[in-house]
Amino acid sequence: MVPPSFYLILSAILFALGAAGVLIRRNALVMFMSVEMMLNAVNLTLITYSRLLDNIEGQVFVLLVMAVAAAEVAVGLAIVVAYHRHKDSADVDEMDLLKW
Amino acid sequence: MEMVIFFILAIVAVAAGVGVIAQRSAVRSALFLLLNFCSLAGLYLLLNAQFVALVQVIIYAGAVVVLFLFVTMLLGQERAEESPDLRRYQWIAGLLLGVLFLAGILWALIPIGTGLAPASAEWLHELVRSDNVRELGTALVTDFAIPFELASVVLLVAIIGAVVLAKKRLEG
Repeated sequence: MVPPSFYLILSAILFALGAAGVLIRRNALVMFMSVEMMLNAVNLTLITYSRLLDNIEGQVFVLLVMAVAAAEVAVGLAIVVAYHRHKDSADVDEMDLLKW
Repeated sequence: MEMVIFFILAIVAVAAGVGVIAQRSAVRSALFLLLNFCSLAGLYLLLNAQFVALVQVIIYAGAVVVLFLFVTMLLGQERAEESPDLRRYQWIAGLLLGVLFLAGILWALIPIGTGLAPASAEWLHELVRSDNVRELGTALVTDFAIPFELASVVLLVAIIGAVVLAKKRLEG
């Protein structure tokens, strides 16, 4: 039996990696990938506690998170495609149309 | 044994996570993300969440990463530096992977064919017998029926939103 803290530490590492990716990378696609990684880290935490407390509800939450993540990817990538049609780039630093 | 599997999967997950953010090419990032998702699915199996592990592979590794790859290549965001001996490299890699795949199939099929794998059969039996899916399904249609239905509404809104955002503007 692996101690639950190991899973939590791994989840924290993955979440930190995803956050670092969002901060470091300027490509909108890679930033979305990093966000997905963060969502997965949260899922790992939920499932760890679901196992630890012997409670199925954590896994229900994971399914809902997955549904929302899929919706987020679909809409986010549609935004990137629409933006790319305008400016021919996926660089978030060039997305300053609403800046004043 | 469980500890060893955990550490292998954890190291792969972290290394793939580093790969996602360190690669210059967006396509390679997406492929590292695939590796990350698959190792997380293995961890879910270790945590006795079989259904979530399957959904992880189908939705994340299947749908989400493929969507990422589609958009990446559609937008021409892949800045793969091509080496002159790319073809030969691909050929060798393809051959190697083909042999590996064949070995995997044989490794899985031969024990079943000769009926000499009580250990792995027992493991599979245990996996099927555990009622994780039944428990999860019961929770989804009883205590969490409304959130479950709301998730489908979220997905519907996302579909409509994605179509509206991605289509060309209608004239007039």
